[in-house]
Amino acid sequence: MMTSLHSFLFIALPYLTMGVFLVGTFYRYKVQSFKVSSLSSQFLENEKLFWGSTAFHVGMMAVLCLHLIAFLFPRTLLAWNSYPIRLILLEVTGFVFALSFLAGLILLFVRRIYVPRIRVVTQWTDLLIEVLLLFQITLGCVIAVLYRWGSSWFASDLSPYLWSLVRLNPDLQTIIAMPEIVQAHVVGAFLILLVFPFTRLIHSLVAPLHYLWRPYQQVIWLWDRKRVRDTRKKWSEHLPKNT
Amino acid sequence: MDIRSQISMVFHLDKCIGCHTCSIACKNIWTDRKGAEYMWWNNVETKPGTGYPTKWEDQDIYKGGWKPAKNGAIKLRGAGKRQLLNIFSNPNLPTIDDYYEPFTYKYLDLIESPEGEVQPTARPVSLITGKPIDIKMGPNWDDDLSGTPDFARQDSNLKALSPAQSQAMFQLEKMALYYLPRICNHCLNPACVASCPSGAIYKRGEDGIVLINQDVCRAWRMCVGACPYKKSYYNWNTGKSEKCILCYPRVEAGLAPACMHSCVGRIRYLGVVLYDAEKILQTASGEEQNLVDTHLDIIVDPNSPEIIRAAKSNGIADSTLRAAQNSPAYKFVKQWRLALPLHPEFRTLPMLFYVPPLLPVMASVAAKDNDPKSLNPIAKIWDDTRVYDTSMDKVFGTIDEARFPLKYLASLFSAGDEAQVKIRLKKLMAVRIYRRHLTVGDIQANQATQALDEVGLTAKDADAIYYLTSLAQFDDRFVIPASHREQALEMLEFTGDVKGCTGFGTKEHPGRGP
Repeated sequence: MMTSLHSFLFIALPYLTMGVFLVGTFYRYKVQSFKVSSLSSQFLENEKLFWGSTAFHVGMMAVLCLHLIAFLFPRTLLAWNSYPIRLILLEVTGFVFALSFLAGLILLFVRRIYVPRIRVVTQWTDLLIEVLLLFQITLGCVIAVLYRWGSSWFASDLSPYLWSLVRLNPDLQTIIAMPEIVQAHVVGAFLILLVFPFTRLIHSLVAPLHYLWRPYQQVIWLWDRKRVRDTRKKWSEHLPKNT
Repeated sequence: MDIRSQISMVFHLDKCIGCHTCSIACKNIWTDRKGAEYMWWNNVETKPGTGYPTKWEDQDIYKGGWKPAKNGAIKLRGAGKRQLLNIFSNPNLPTIDDYYEPFTYKYLDLIESPEGEVQPTARPVSLITGKPIDIKMGPNWDDDLSGTPDFARQDSNLKALSPAQSQAMFQLEKMALYYLPRICNHCLNPACVASCPSGAIYKRGEDGIVLINQDVCRAWRMCVGACPYKKSYYNWNTGKSEKCILCYPRVEAGLAPACMHSCVGRIRYLGVVLYDAEKILQTASGEEQNLVDTHLDIIVDPNSPEIIRAAKSNGIADSTLRAAQNSPAYKFVKQWRLALPLHPEFRTLPMLFYVPPLLPVMASVAAKDNDPKSLNPIAKIWDDTRVYDTSMDKVFGTIDEARFPLKYLASLFSAGDEAQVKIRLKKLMAVRIYRRHLTVGDIQANQATQALDEVGLTAKDADAIYYLTSLAQFDDRFVIPASHREQALEMLEFTGDVKGCTGFGTKEHPGRGP
C-alpha cells in the first residue's frame, strides 16, 4: 500500500534533492569557488591515506559505474545477464569493488578519528558524509548478499521507477514492493545527493579530465594590447582574459 | 622569433651574509597565516647542507622537473598526464615532516604559572595540532652547521664528488660554507604549470611571473612534487597550493619585491630580460653538457635593432624595452656572463641566476697536513702555519687549487660542467686583482691587465662589474618597468580585498571549504 510516507520519501525527497543539488552546486562553484577543493590531507598523513584513499576511490568509481549502467541502460544489462556465467562474473566483480569501497572508507574514517593532525582538518560535514556513506555501503553489501542478482532486478524494477522520476511522472509501484532494506538504500542515495554540494564530495565534479587534452604550458596575457588600443571600442569590452 | 619579456633576478652569493632578513620580510607579508606557517616562499640555506625541504635537490626522492625522453623530447619526471592515475594518493608528494612541523611556544605559561619550586618554562607546541611537541626540524636547521653529519654530509650534490673529495671538504681546517637564498625561479618552462591538472597555474605573458589562481586550484597537489626546487607549497588548511608571487602587486607598480628591497647585503638584482619564446622547447630538451650555454642563448640582446623591432611587434612597451636595456640581470647573466642558473639539469629554464661564490674557493690553506702544532702557552691558541692564503703571487693559483671542490659548485650551478664555474670565478678574481692594483697598489699594472685579458674582460667591464657589485644604488639594482595600467585598466578582475585575504583577484574570504 502506498502511504504518505512513501510519497514523501520517493516523490518529494528525490525532487527536493535534485533541486538542492543543482542550485547548491551552482552556488558553490560560482560564488564560493575558492572553497571548492579536494581538501587533500595527504600532506599531513601519507601512509594510511595511500591504502584508504586508493581502495575507497577505485571501489567507489566501479560501484557507481555499475549503478549508472543499470539505471541508464537497463535493457543492455539484462541482455548481458541472460547468460548465468556473465551474471555471476558481474555480481562478483561488483561485490569485490564494493568491499574495497567499504574497507577504504573504514580506514579513512578511522584515520580521521585517530590521527591528531587529521582531526584538526576535520569538519562536521566530513563526519556527516562519511557516516552517510558508511551506512549506504553497508546496506548495499548486505543487500547484495541477501537479495542476489541485484544487477538484474535493479535494471528491471528500480530503473523504471528512477526513469519515471526523470519523466516527471512518478510511478511508485515497483519501489514500494521492494524490501525495506532496499528502500532504505534508495533513500540513503537521495540523502547523499542532498548534502553533496555542501560537503567535500563536490570535488568529484571538478575532476581534472580536461588536463588530458590541454597543452602542458599555459601563458595568460592579461590584456590584448591591440584591442585595448582600439579607440573605437568601449573600455568595458577590454576585460582581462583570466576571468 | 617570438620576443617576450621576463622579470629576471640575479643573486650575488659572495655578498650574502645569511641573515634571513629576506625570509622574514616575505613571511611577514605573505605567509603569516594558518596553514602557511611552514611555508617559506623565500628561504636561505647553508651549503653544503640538505636544504628545505630536506634533500629537495634529490630528484630520485621527489621526482621533480623534466627529464629527457625519446627522440629528443622532454617529459615530466614524476608528474604529467599519466600521473592522473595517482591522483588519489600522489607518490611524489613531500609531507609536512619533509619540511618541518611548525611550532610556537606557550609563552603565557611564563607569566600565568602559579608560584612554585621551579621556574616555569615555555613549552613548544605544534601549530597544527596545538599539542606539545619535541621540535625536530626547522626551515634553517642546518644554518652555519655545515659539517654536522645530519646536514652537510647528506647534501645531494656530494654525489658528484668522489668519497675522498667529499671527505676532504669536511676536514675542519678546510671547511667552508656559503649561503644559498632561494625563491621561485619563475621558469620559462615551469614544471609546476605543466603538472597542474586543474590548469590553475599559469605564466603571465607580460612579465613572466608564475602564479597559482587560488579560485581554480583544487588541491590535486601535483605541482608540489613537480617543482624540482620545491617552491610550490600546499596549504593544508585551505586546501590550495601557494607559491612566491614575486610580490607582483609591488612589481606592477615598479617597486622591488619585499625580499629584494629588504636585502641587507644588497645581493639581489632585478631586471627585465628579453627572450625568444620559440626556442623554449629546443633549449629545454638540449644536451646536458650544453645546457648552460643554450640556456643563456635564449636570452636575446635588447640593444639589437632586429630584436627591438620584433619586441615592439609583440606589443612590448617602450618602457619595458628601456628597462631591458638597463637591466642589471642582463649585464650579469649575458653581457659579463658572471651568473649561472641553479640546477639547469632540471630543465625548467629558471630565470633566477646566481653569481657563484668566490670566497669559499679563494682562500687556500697554506699548511701541509703533517705540520706539527704547538699550543702557545700564553695566548692559548694553536701556533701553526694554517692560515688563509689570499696572496696573489700566482694569478688564479687559488682557484686551480681550491679547497672547495669546483665539482661541488658545478653540480649546483652548471649541470656538472666545471669549466662554466671556473671561468666565472676567474672573472670575479680578475676584477678583484684589477681593483687591488688600483686601490692598494701592491699588484703591478701588467699583472692586473694579464688577469683581465685571460678572462676576456676589459678595464671598462671591470669598472662596471665593480660598480654594480659594490657601489650600486637602489635604482641600479632594481630596474623595473611599471605595468601599463593606463592600458591594462585592471590586471585582475576584482580589486576589492577582504581582511585576512590570501591574495588578489578574489572577493571571497579564503576559508577552508566544506
